[in-house]
Amino acid sequence: MTLAVFFGCTFIAFGPAFGLFLFTIARDPLRIIILIAGAFFWLVSLLLSSLIWFIAVKASDPQDERLQKGLLIFGVMFSVLLQEAFRFLYYKLLRKAIEGLVALSEDGCSPISIQQMAYVAGVGFGLMSGAFSMINLLADALGPGTVGIHGDSQLYFLTSAFMTMVLIFLHTFWGILFFHGCEHRRWWEIAAVVVMHLTVSGSSFCNPLYVGSLVPSYMLMAAAAAWAYLLSGGSAQNLRRFLLCLRSGASPQPGS
Amino acid sequence: MITFMNNSDSEEEPCNERTSLMSAESPPVPSYQDGLQASEAGEVQAHRKRRAGSRRSPNNIAGGEMPGSGVRESAPENEEEELTLKYGAKHVIMLFVPVTLCMIVVVATIKSVRFYTEKNGQLIYTPFSEDTPSVGQRLLNSVLNTIIMISVIIVMTVFLVLLYKYRCYKFIHGWLILSSLMLLFLFTYIYLGEVLKTYNVAMDYPTLFLVIWNFGAVGMICIHWKGPLQLQQAYLIMISALMALVFIKYLPEWSAWVILGAISIYDLMAVLCPKGPLRMLVETAQERNEPIFPALIYSSAMMWTVGMAKPDTAARGSSQQTWDTAEDGREHHRSPSHADSQMSETRSPVPTRPVTSLEELEEEERGVKLGLGDFIFYSVLVGKAAATASGDWNTTLACFVAILIGLCLTLLLLAVFKKALPALPISITFGLIFYFSTDNLVRPFMDTLASHQLYI
Repeated sequence: MTLAVFFGCTFIAFGPAFGLFLFTIARDPLRIIILIAGAFFWLVSLLLSSLIWFIAVKASDPQDERLQKGLLIFGVMFSVLLQEAFRFLYYKLLRKAIEGLVALSEDGCSPISIQQMAYVAGVGFGLMSGAFSMINLLADALGPGTVGIHGDSQLYFLTSAFMTMVLIFLHTFWGILFFHGCEHRRWWEIAAVVVMHLTVSGSSFCNPLYVGSLVPSYMLMAAAAAWAYLLSGGSAQNLRRFLLCLRSGASPQPGS
Repeated sequence: MITFMNNSDSEEEPCNERTSLMSAESPPVPSYQDGLQASEAGEVQAHRKRRAGSRRSPNNIAGGEMPGSGVRESAPENEEEELTLKYGAKHVIMLFVPVTLCMIVVVATIKSVRFYTEKNGQLIYTPFSEDTPSVGQRLLNSVLNTIIMISVIIVMTVFLVLLYKYRCYKFIHGWLILSSLMLLFLFTYIYLGEVLKTYNVAMDYPTLFLVIWNFGAVGMICIHWKGPLQLQQAYLIMISALMALVFIKYLPEWSAWVILGAISIYDLMAVLCPKGPLRMLVETAQERNEPIFPALIYSSAMMWTVGMAKPDTAARGSSQQTWDTAEDGREHHRSPSHADSQMSETRSPVPTRPVTSLEELEEEERGVKLGLGDFIFYSVLVGKAAATASGDWNTTLACFVAILIGLCLTLLLLAVFKKALPALPISITFGLIFYFSTDNLVRPFMDTLASHQLYI
């Protein structure tokens, strides 16, 4: 355990997100603010859903295992729905912000587009979600101990790290999809995001049967990635150009 | 808004750095420039005075874009606003970074060095102990402690305002120097000692003396005189962190939370009420065309003016003022806590300078200022969250995000209202709400989820 597990899990869980942050967000102050505000919105949604769960638990019989389990499932689902609701609220806020930025700019266009905001908002949600899931685990991983000594899975830390990573990516892609759906009034895109989120959270109920949770999540992530890429203006041709490092014609990078 | 550092006597004295975001618009120096610039600067002055008490933070030195140049009376408002909001994001980040760094230092220390979480007596400003059996008694004691602490702060602030009003500058200077001496030497010595103890590192006294002496001496020079900007900023962050650690150690638990709440209310009133001491301080400074008295202010702007040889007396007058402002500029870092987008007197006219009369080299980037008291109380909140939230990092993280968002909102309000604003209320309110709710509501939820390895 200790340092090796700590660093390993930290980099697995947060490495890609940190890379995304460093290369696409850290340079632009406006994006950093949008990131932090996104994290804040996620936090508020978590707060409200915890409040509901807490009240429900306090009002119920603590000895009844099934009820508690049922309340937990309810809590998880409610939390997912609330997160998506707050994503919608954040979309509304960013729309207003763009109008403000446009009004204030010299040349009538905003310094940041709604697609970029969608991406950054997604990363914000993802980072906060990942941090809340993972940080306490990492702090415990730093100390002495053995995982799974009572018969639980020994891969606890590792799978948590992988799950966190996939969730961060998923939130990023969901952000793009969601905002695109809101922009173009395509409600089925929004519904798809909500359903995907519910699926991923629901699949985590299979834990510690990690095949049941990690595999579907990663497959959903790949699907969401492809979809978000297409929505952002990417195409198979762009991808090919990018991978082959061709510079002719269109820029190899999608929608940035 | 401004209470002063009065660490002259004992280490237990609180550093009463009050904070607010200031829109002290120090009116621009009468331009010594010839010809074109004079009229433009005149216009700039005119419309700046029109917006008396308003605050802007345009970063408009680069490329010689000058709000004054060629700006007419009607247009400047919009352009200024645009520049303000355009560069607003940059200034928000310029404050996020030091606030984050200060909090990181405090949280890292709290989590690793036992000393700052051990109960070891209390400050004389919080005489009532919280070791009472009943909840009501404990609450009463913490409220009484708060009342005493806030009264001390009010008295100190009023004293400072009176000193300033009656121009006792030497006294204030001496006070500030004594307090920063105490922070830079004594508190650093204690801090270093505790860190070495924690990591079981042996250090002999001569080395210790050398290290502390160098650290302190360079700190005094950087803060009170001149120094590289980043070194200055680093020192200010360090002393804010040290002060916050002292508060975290010596304030009993419930008192700390009540004090945080009370101080944000006080800040709100002291800055916004017409007879508030901080507001009076600001207005006095504006009347006298002086920068707000240097106490402890973190500034993200670069400001130094270098050597000037002026042929004519008029220019000399302004160069004199330029020089003074440079000095005060150093001390702007020590100004009473308020975030201040500095409309520097000297900076106003400069970008395209007349050819011969001036060798003055001025490099400056308008930046944002935040009082060190803000740093201190933000760090106290986050540090207390780290110290007392039952080993939970989520609470610390939540408070951190809440404070940053509060700061962001405050800066936004500042850009909208363009007047002096207190920096504590919004951030501390968010911080307190998130601390209590995360600790009591979110933590059980997340713990239950983690134990079943569920993800939301």
